[in-house]
Amino acid sequence: MKAFISIIRIRFNLLLQYRIAAIAGGVTQFFFGMIMIMVLYGFYSSSDGEMPMSYQSAITYIWMGQAMLGMLPWNGDMEIQNLIRTGNVSYELLRPMNLYNYWFARAFALRTAPTLLKSIPIFIIALLLPSDYKMHLPPNVSSFIAWILTTFGALMISCTITNIINITTLYSISGDGIQRLLSSIVTIFSGMVVPLPLFPEKLKQILSYLPFSGLVDIPTRFFTGEIAFNQLLGYFCFQCLWAVLLYILGQWILNRKIKDLIVQGG
Amino acid sequence: MDSIKLYFKYFRFNIESQLQYKTSFIMMSIGHFLITFIEFLGVWVLFERFGNIQGFIFEEAALFYGIVHMAFAITEGWTRGFDTFPKLVRLGDFDRILLRPRTTVLQILGHDIQMMRIGRFMQGLVVLIWAIFKLNIEWTLGKTLLLIGSIIGGNFLFSGLIVLQATLSFWSVQSLEIVNSFTYGGVQAAQYPISIYKPWFRKILIYIIPLATVNYFPAMTILGKSDLLSFSKWIGWFSPLFGILFFIFSLSIWRIGVKHYTSTGS
Amino acid sequence: MIIEANELSKRYKMPKRKPGIVGGLKNIFHKEYEEIIALDKICFEVKEGELVGYIGPNGAGKSTTIKILSGILTPDSGECRVLGKVPYKERIDYVKDIGVVFGQRTQLWWDLPVIDSFELLKDIYKIPLGDYLKIKKELITWLDLESFINTPVRQLSLGQKMRCELAASLLHSPKILFLDEPTIGLDAISKLSVREFIKKLNKERGVTVILTTHDMDDIESLCNRVIVIGKGKILLDGSLQSLRNTVSKDRRLILDYDGGNGGISILGATPISKENNRLVIDFNPDIITPADLITTLSTQYKIKDILIENPAIEEIIAKLYGEFNI
Repeated sequence: MKAFISIIRIRFNLLLQYRIAAIAGGVTQFFFGMIMIMVLYGFYSSSDGEMPMSYQSAITYIWMGQAMLGMLPWNGDMEIQNLIRTGNVSYELLRPMNLYNYWFARAFALRTAPTLLKSIPIFIIALLLPSDYKMHLPPNVSSFIAWILTTFGALMISCTITNIINITTLYSISGDGIQRLLSSIVTIFSGMVVPLPLFPEKLKQILSYLPFSGLVDIPTRFFTGEIAFNQLLGYFCFQCLWAVLLYILGQWILNRKIKDLIVQGG
Repeated sequence: MDSIKLYFKYFRFNIESQLQYKTSFIMMSIGHFLITFIEFLGVWVLFERFGNIQGFIFEEAALFYGIVHMAFAITEGWTRGFDTFPKLVRLGDFDRILLRPRTTVLQILGHDIQMMRIGRFMQGLVVLIWAIFKLNIEWTLGKTLLLIGSIIGGNFLFSGLIVLQATLSFWSVQSLEIVNSFTYGGVQAAQYPISIYKPWFRKILIYIIPLATVNYFPAMTILGKSDLLSFSKWIGWFSPLFGILFFIFSLSIWRIGVKHYTSTGS
Repeated sequence: MIIEANELSKRYKMPKRKPGIVGGLKNIFHKEYEEIIALDKICFEVKEGELVGYIGPNGAGKSTTIKILSGILTPDSGECRVLGKVPYKERIDYVKDIGVVFGQRTQLWWDLPVIDSFELLKDIYKIPLGDYLKIKKELITWLDLESFINTPVRQLSLGQKMRCELAASLLHSPKILFLDEPTIGLDAISKLSVREFIKKLNKERGVTVILTTHDMDDIESLCNRVIVIGKGKILLDGSLQSLRNTVSKDRRLILDYDGGNGGISILGATPISKENNRLVIDFNPDIITPADLITTLSTQYKIKDILIENPAIEEIIAKLYGEFNI
């Protein structure tokens, strides 16, 4: 646990050194959020039909996605991937802790530190915008509590997926193309590009069973109050179930690979 | 003439050196192809849900989408040297370029020509061809030329943005990501007809970053729609030329940047 | 005169970094600068066919000078003429006639055979085909490149790479060659062959060479003239011997011994250290010859090994600094 905390502390310090890059990143996300919202505005004002989601909720959804972008597992841990590419990963095996858990701790730091730094200014600005672009606060305290809890669930899923991305580097070193593909799958199926409630009904059903929906869609819909508080337990269990499954899966592939590495002599 | 010959030699050597890593090259190209398809999936989802956007149907939007993405793919391919320009300065390669009896622009363009952007290009082409088959456009020689012209004009406009972005890095490297978001955000915004946006944003896309001139105006002309936001309906026939003018304008700013660099050395 | 530099001055602005989060935020909106004088009214001339060593510690202004002379950088004041042209005013026209080699950077195409980079340079410099073939053949023989000319650059050793760099910067037959740390990181044999080549180029082709280096052996084996720069000013301009003489004539004796003892009180010799059976002495050859010194010492020590060396360039320059009170 001590090692865990120190990993996170190092990550924070590092991040503060690159604060200008973080600000630039925040501005970029703000800009993209604006474009997405204007497109949605165009669509909503073209249709009179009943939509599965109000325009107001859709905007909040978009801002939530932009603010929490850093928390999504859209890339691996650069340092670990470099270790693997240069072959220095063998030294990692010498560390006196479970390699998967060590990588998990790093992933946790990678997903929380920049997000905390970037999301707060985005939230503040998004809440202060004119009404057509404005993010809305949760309707009540219970929605907010549910959002906090499911965001934690999202974080767990995100870390396990990040770890799987790291581990795939062990299998195909030149798999840069595959990883980018993976990241774009994560972005669209989590609801980052288009809110999941707007997807065609059948596709929506399939997506709701996949772990990606636990990343953006579930927390956000609790935040906007679309999902009632009394369903919190079910959704949170869904997230935990996926996190545990992906955790076991990651451990399993990594251990298999380590055995191979040891047999081949690294 | 001589410069063209040199550019083609650069071109040949770039291909040869990228083909040294054949698997990675093919994977990346396929990756780019699929990633842009996933992006397109987002557009499809919205049309499935809303039916139209301000009177434009999916097939019409696909025409806009194809033109923009093909133009941007060409830009990404041939202006990569400008896109990664801060790295060129940091590694001292730009000093090397200044030591050679050729223009900086030609050498930077030749420095890195990315062939795998063919993935995005092909995807744009597939979408464009699909749109052309679905839409009942009365094709004339003029319209065909206009279509090609708007892709070329778009390419020059995006290239101009990339050159401006590189020029800015003579003064400040840290603000680059923000400018970068204008380029990528521009691609996102121009995927849709600009008439769907609010007037203030439309004005940006007409007068400041004139994406409308290479996309909206010519595409409307091709579609045979006469409502050009109170502009004369003739504008679509020659507006792609603005892309080239914008590029020439960027090059003159670039020269100021180079002068600044050689006088400060930073 | 092939190079004339007249009162060249250059200042840089360096942003001040403020510590802490608040400082970092302040930095974004308001930057404070610190001025650094890189060159302070530098004057020198170089004759055609000279081989000049340009030395000084890091940050002394060496690379600023090279950048101005090669046309990459414009001085704040003063002027310079190289080959009758002002480098930073007529860049494209001027750089046709110069060659530049940076020891730590490559101008070769990383993933392609060396020969491809040469082909590209041929087009960049618009070298007529006949000339190109002739010069290429000569350089390949001189630098012995034949065996790896078709190998991708990334697979070459540092020494091989440097030989190719030299060839690449000479394909267009420049009249002046600027070499920035050409032997840095090379193994002993490669260093020798690079030096041999530079010497030959200068002697047989009459190419004027300006060389910056930290390696005293480079200077010693190549240059008949050195310019020492420190904190933006020229401290000394003359022969290598005059550099030594100005600072100190001392040479250094390193002696390994098996046994023996005794104090050292020899006129003209100063003991520097004595530990682990190794004795280090600085001596002035005008007062005591090395032979006499060794004879005297051999009466006191059972000598195992002896080495006489010149003080390192850093030491000479440090002393020079002391003298100039910088």
